[in-house]
Amino acid sequence: MSPPVAPVGWSRWLVPPAALSVHLSIGQAYAWSVFKPPLESALGLSGTQSALPFQLGIVMLGLSAAFGGTLVERNGPRWAMTVALVCFSSGFLLSALGASLEQYWLIVLGYGFVGGIGLGIGYISPVSTLIKWFPDRPGMATGIAIMGFGGGALIASPWSAQMLESFGSDSSGIALAFLVHGLSYAVFMLLGVLLVRVPRERQQTASGPGLSTGPQVSANQAIRTPQFWFLWIVLCMNVTAGIGILEKAAPMITDFFADTSTPVSVTAAAGFVALLSAANMAGRIGWSSTSDLIGRKNIYRLYLGVGALMYTLLALFGDSSKPLFVLCALVILSFYGGGFATIPAYLKDLFGTYQVGAIHGRLLTAWSTAGVLGPLIVNWIADRQEAAGRHGASLYGLSFVIMIGLLVVGFVANELVRPVADRHHVPAPREAAHAERQQSESA
Amino acid sequence: MPSDSSQSPPSPDRRWLIALAWVWVGVPLAYGLYELVRKATQLFTG
Repeated sequence: MSPPVAPVGWSRWLVPPAALSVHLSIGQAYAWSVFKPPLESALGLSGTQSALPFQLGIVMLGLSAAFGGTLVERNGPRWAMTVALVCFSSGFLLSALGASLEQYWLIVLGYGFVGGIGLGIGYISPVSTLIKWFPDRPGMATGIAIMGFGGGALIASPWSAQMLESFGSDSSGIALAFLVHGLSYAVFMLLGVLLVRVPRERQQTASGPGLSTGPQVSANQAIRTPQFWFLWIVLCMNVTAGIGILEKAAPMITDFFADTSTPVSVTAAAGFVALLSAANMAGRIGWSSTSDLIGRKNIYRLYLGVGALMYTLLALFGDSSKPLFVLCALVILSFYGGGFATIPAYLKDLFGTYQVGAIHGRLLTAWSTAGVLGPLIVNWIADRQEAAGRHGASLYGLSFVIMIGLLVVGFVANELVRPVADRHHVPAPREAAHAERQQSESA
Repeated sequence: MPSDSSQSPPSPDRRWLIALAWVWVGVPLAYGLYELVRKATQLFTG
C-alpha cells in the first residue's frame, strides 16, 4: 500500500484530529480496570487473572511498536491506522465472543494479543506523519496525539462504567459492552484512516511542511548509536519516576496524612488520582509544545532536574503540607506526560524524519521496562517498610530517594546526548531509497 | 495585469472538514475532561 499523498491545498490541521481519533481510542487500554470486577464475579477469576488481558496488551504494544515500526514507515500512516483499527476493534469483538461463551482465554487472546497489536501500531502510526507536517512545531504536533492516549482512558473509564451499569455485569452484559466498544471504536478510528495524508515531497509553504533537511538516520542504524541508548535511559528514568507516584497515588496521599489533623478520605484520594491524570495530560501538550521554543535538551533538563527536586521536597517536607505534596506530585506527573510526548521530536532532531516512527517504536521498549521497574520499586519497598513496622510517610522515603537517583542518572544521560556522527547518516535521498529497497529485500 | 497560467487551480475550501474533524474528536474528549473535573473536585470537597 502506498502512503496517501495530500492533494494540493490539503490543510495540515486535518492531521492532528486524524491522529487523535486513533490515540483517543487506543488510550482505552488504561481504563481496563473498569472491566476487572465484573469479569471476576461473572467468570470466577482472581485479580491476577483479570489483569492478564491488559498486561498482555501492554507487552504486545511494546513488541509491535518495536518490530512493526519499519513496516509502518514503509507502508504509511493509513495502512498503520487501518491495521490498528482492525486489530483493536476485532480484539473487542473476540472478547465479546469470549464473554458470551464464558471462555476467558478468548478475551485474553482478543483484547490482549490481537488488540495489543492494534495498540502498538496505532501508537506509532501518526508520529512520523505529524512531524513531517509540522517541521516547525514537532513537539506540539506529537504532543497533541500523545495527549490523546492519556485522554482515551478519561473517556473510556466513565463510558464503560455506564455501559456495564446499563447492560448488567453478568457475562452477557459484559459481552454486549465489548461488542459496543468494538463497533464504536471502529467507527471513531475510521476518521483517522480517511483523513490522514502524508505531505507532498515538494510542498513547501511558509507555514506548511518543508523538505526533509538535516541528518537522516535509518532505524537499524539508530539503535547502533549511543544517542539512541542515552535517550532510552532518559525515557526509562523519567517514566519510572512518574509511575512511582502514579502507581500508588491514592494509598500514598492517604498514608502521608494519616497521622495528621487533616487525614485524606477515600473520596478525596480518588480526586487526587483524577487531578494527577489531568496533570499528565496537560504536561503532554504543554511541555511538549514548550520544547519547540526552548529546545529538547533543555526541556528534559527540566523534567529530570526539577523532577528530582520535587521528589526531594516530597521526601523532606511532603507530610508537613498537603498543598506542597499535591503540587509536587502534579509537577512530577506533568513531567511524566511531557517526557512521553516530547521524545518523538527529540528523536527527529537527532535522527531526522526518515524513519523516526520506527525509531520511536524501538525506543518504547524503555516504557515497557519502566512499567515493570516503577511499580516494582515502590511496592516492594512499601511492603518491606510495612513489614518492619513503619507507617505513614516513612513507607515511601526510600522509594523517593531511589527515584531521585534514577532521575539524576537520566539527567546525566541527557547531558551526554550529542549530534549523531556523520558515519551513521543516510547519504542522500537516492541512496536512502536504495538502502531501503535492500533492507526490504533482506527482511 | 497578465494572468499567471502556471499557478495551480484554487484549492477547495476545507474549513468545514477541519471543523467537523475537530468536533469529532473534541466532543468525546470534552466529555472525558468533564468527568475528570467532577472527580478531581472531590480532592477539595471529599
